[in-house]
Amino acid sequence: MGFPLALPSSRHPPPLASHGLRSSSIDSPKLVLRKRCLCQSRRSLKVVAYYGLTTPPYEFDALEPYMSKRTLEVHWGKHHREYVEGLNKQLANSPVLYGYTLEELIRATYNNGNPLPEFNNAAQVWNHDFFWESMQPGGGKMPSGGLLEQIVKDFGSYDKFRDEFVESANSIFGSGWVWLVLNPEEKKLSIVRTSNAVCPLVWRDFPIIGLDVWEHAYYLDYKDDREDYVNTFMNHLVSWHAATARILRAQAFVNLGEPKIPVA
Amino acid sequence: MAIRTLASKQTLIRCAAASPVLRQGRGLQTFSLPDLPYDYGELEPAISGEIMKIHHQKHHQTYITNYNKALEQLEEAMAKGDSSKVVGLQSAIKFNGGGHVNHSIFWKNLAPAHKGGGEPPHAALGWAIDTNFGSLEILEKIVNAEGAALQGSGWVWLALDKELKKLRIETTANQDPLVTKGLQLVPLLGIDVWEHAYYLQYKNVRPDYLNNIWKVINWKYASEVYEKEVA
Repeated sequence: MGFPLALPSSRHPPPLASHGLRSSSIDSPKLVLRKRCLCQSRRSLKVVAYYGLTTPPYEFDALEPYMSKRTLEVHWGKHHREYVEGLNKQLANSPVLYGYTLEELIRATYNNGNPLPEFNNAAQVWNHDFFWESMQPGGGKMPSGGLLEQIVKDFGSYDKFRDEFVESANSIFGSGWVWLVLNPEEKKLSIVRTSNAVCPLVWRDFPIIGLDVWEHAYYLDYKDDREDYVNTFMNHLVSWHAATARILRAQAFVNLGEPKIPVA
Repeated sequence: MAIRTLASKQTLIRCAAASPVLRQGRGLQTFSLPDLPYDYGELEPAISGEIMKIHHQKHHQTYITNYNKALEQLEEAMAKGDSSKVVGLQSAIKFNGGGHVNHSIFWKNLAPAHKGGGEPPHAALGWAIDTNFGSLEILEKIVNAEGAALQGSGWVWLALDKELKKLRIETTANQDPLVTKGLQLVPLLGIDVWEHAYYLQYKNVRPDYLNNIWKVINWKYASEVYEKEVA
């Protein structure tokens, strides 16, 4: 999740920076610590916007047997990394887009539905960061407290919410994502599906949970059985801790009447 | 879908599976999984037997099952005059019907290397490729680049524009069949760039899959379609 780093232009292509934290603690859901790191060479004349690859907040084998180490190695180590590298390469040639946070970059490059070339990589970097943090070892089961109350209020019951989430994920025609989002105006939870790289940030919805249903997210573990993957996500992987932290944060901003909620 | 002019009895039997079969007692046509004209393992090392088996038996079968389901619902909705439902079913028909159409072409676009797979096209199609693209190598490069750049899931096509009598490279998203890009377009070659088409073997490296698939492309089939259309 990134704040752009300013780099000397002589260092091209830019090396990867990982400023995410690795932590085995899952009791308090970790919001990635962001640092604005300005390391500008005295000799540099030009600055290049550039984002880092954030590490998932658990070990690669921590989600076994529901999501294999092999899947994380390829999904994070190859796919996610390629989105980051692809984005940085594009931004090296787009000085106009310098200085945005990743969220701002996604909204700017979405360009009201006529996405600029940088959009896919920018959104996929954010989507994957958000996805890793939407899971935890020992996840799944039932949400509790205020989050559960809100789900019951907006969907009728937890089971109804769960069925709708699973059905939405199963019925995406191609690659995409399924999200639990909070609409800040209506103060209401809903489930939305997006195609390919699109994420709810572009509609100002506040994402609470994100599930990757590109085939690469489950193919090594579940092959063509997307339904099994989605059910396993709900039963064993989804982090209701992270969801609770996100919804509390969103509600705090909504209650303060702050229209722009910075997404964690 | 099925080729209308059938050369031999063997092809007739093989294609019968791809053709619609009449369901007893009703007018509704349903579709069933066509057999492959080669064994699952015969495209190795370009495409593994495991991929071919799952791709054919699971993915293609699922498109057919859901296509038949959607058609059944469509028939009911039409009988009831439920226009809203008829329109609502279009996306499922396009996706699942498209998945059936596309995969049925894809299987015919492939052939084991020892059965002519990868042999460059000659005669009319060979000349047309040289005229339109410069050479087969250039065509392959363009297809590989288009395929690698395609976001998410979809297909890359070598299409014949039968009005202009010209070859074109097109891409379609998800399971949209080529016909969604124009009724005048005839698919000569369709390459599946969904991750399920290569993931077990190539993982994230789609360009390697695209490079290797040319070793098992059945240009003979593409030439036959081309010659029939331009005749």
